[in-house]
Amino acid sequence: MIRVPFPPQKSFLALVLLCLALLPWAAFAQQRGLELDIVGGNAAATPIAVVPMPYQGSAGAPQTDVAEVVRADLARSGQFRPLPPADLGAQRPTRGADIDYAYFRTLKQNYVVVGRVLDAGDGGYRVEYELFDMGGNRLLAFALTARANAMRDVAHQIADAIYEKLTGVRGAFWTRIAYIVQTGVGKGAQYALMIADADGYNPQTVVRSEKPLVSPAWSPDGRKLAYVSFERGNSSIVVQDVATGAREVVAAFKGINGAPSFSPDGRRLAMALSKSGNPEIYVMDLASRALTQVTRQFGIDTEPVWSADGGSLYFTSDRSGKPQIYQAPASGGAATRVTFQGSYNARATVSADGKKLAVAQGSGNVYRIAMLDRSLGSSRWSMLSPGNLDESPSFAPNAAMVLYAAREGGRGVLYAVSADARVRQRLVVAGGDVREPAWGPYRLPR
Amino acid sequence: MNMTSRVLITAILCVTAAACSKKVKENTDTGATVGNDTTSSGTTSSGMGNTGPVSAGAYGPGDLDTDACLRQRVVYFDFDQDALKPEFQAIVACHAKYLRDRPSARMTLEGNADERGSREYNMGLGERRANAVSSSVQANGGSGTQITVVSYGEEQPTCTESTEDCWGRNRRVEIVYTAK
Repeated sequence: MIRVPFPPQKSFLALVLLCLALLPWAAFAQQRGLELDIVGGNAAATPIAVVPMPYQGSAGAPQTDVAEVVRADLARSGQFRPLPPADLGAQRPTRGADIDYAYFRTLKQNYVVVGRVLDAGDGGYRVEYELFDMGGNRLLAFALTARANAMRDVAHQIADAIYEKLTGVRGAFWTRIAYIVQTGVGKGAQYALMIADADGYNPQTVVRSEKPLVSPAWSPDGRKLAYVSFERGNSSIVVQDVATGAREVVAAFKGINGAPSFSPDGRRLAMALSKSGNPEIYVMDLASRALTQVTRQFGIDTEPVWSADGGSLYFTSDRSGKPQIYQAPASGGAATRVTFQGSYNARATVSADGKKLAVAQGSGNVYRIAMLDRSLGSSRWSMLSPGNLDESPSFAPNAAMVLYAAREGGRGVLYAVSADARVRQRLVVAGGDVREPAWGPYRLPR
Repeated sequence: MNMTSRVLITAILCVTAAACSKKVKENTDTGATVGNDTTSSGTTSSGMGNTGPVSAGAYGPGDLDTDACLRQRVVYFDFDQDALKPEFQAIVACHAKYLRDRPSARMTLEGNADERGSREYNMGLGERRANAVSSSVQANGGSGTQITVVSYGEEQPTCTESTEDCWGRNRRVEIVYTAK
């Protein structure tokens, strides 16, 4: 196990001011640092040296170590093995012309990233970076300008560009996650819906409640979150604007109002309602609020998620006895069973290309995250997590990683695991029971 | 456990529950004291003194705090099951009698599940359990208009350890009176 300690946020005050400026409705922000563990490793991962990017301005160095954030991103993808800075020796090139390729070849590196941080005026910074292969070919050369408080965003964008250049797959480090935190048990329990960067940094409160908050789901443009709230006594489905905090209750029927999921076009919301007597899948047109009933089946039908084309829904149903994943047309119609391995399959998440499906798979007391890969013609299952009580898988927008919730020592923690299961990273948000991670979409549409 | 044995066990549980449900109904109809049934199922009641002649008179609001049976407001379930267990029939029956005696009384049945399995599926499971209690209350003469069912799934546990004991305490339906 490689332990990668990150320092806590250096200035709580600065963070609070940032939150107040960006999110006036945010009641508070958790300022405590995260503990990031990388479990396992990948010998086949590509070695890459991300050389520290020194501050070469005169106004004052940024708090963010850009190269360190890039290294951490690439490492947790499972596809790269960044060189520890201590192994660089005296080599500290900041420009392509300064790179001693022979030295990096002796370190068995395949690629080198160099860069530097400059002043950009008004307290902002300009980060210039370049990516080279061992033949001295410059593969990337970019400059990014940002305010001081957005330097982690810059670092994630650099990691995304490197990842895409070298793997051919769009990077998903510059994304956000949503999750639920519970503090306390019983009457004194407090629940919060949080959002944070994909690496767990910059947590911000979206909404707090003394009643349970459940099942957060992102809109495809990343501007809204749908979730289940019990603040009215019974469950209801709320859609909330992340930036303004404006919220509306879209479903508060008799019985269960649960498991919201935005359609790929953002215009419809699939959900589970038990107003007919038992949970069934419905699709709500968000403009008209008109409901279409998708399933009509005695038993529990819940946890709908959309296929990539928006034409069908995957959902959990116990119509065959135990929960399994089924697929049905979003307009209603006959359902087809999708999962046959494992006695319990629930809470599906579908990759953007529709070829991978991850579920919580279990039997009795052991639940693990399992992935069904249909991209190679025949279906193939793989186990992504060790158990025992793993749940709520959520694909990154590029499907290269899966976020899920686990229980350790009587509380919930979040893990990110590479889709090849080779690298797992724990994101521990201090002081609470953390669960139900939902990986948000790309920050910029293409 | 294979599907056949699951179905078989479920069927047996259903038959057992139905049989017991019938028996309890007969008991109350024939005037057996509900308090006796509960005392024998292991409560900390101090005896017949504070249960009163249940079958003889109608329940009043004060009995919710003093009656040994009515004071029991939690019904527990087996793993992944929503069948009412025989030992809880008596509790359900006395609460049904309370609703009969007090037409203005209203109760919320809060269904809960243990942490195993997915959260939204457990929401459904909690609702099934609350519905099972609701059905039994109604079979014992309570009116459906007096009952509201809410499922919290696994979101309101009474304990958070991942142990059989804790899971057993969380698989429950809580009877909450919103009007006495």
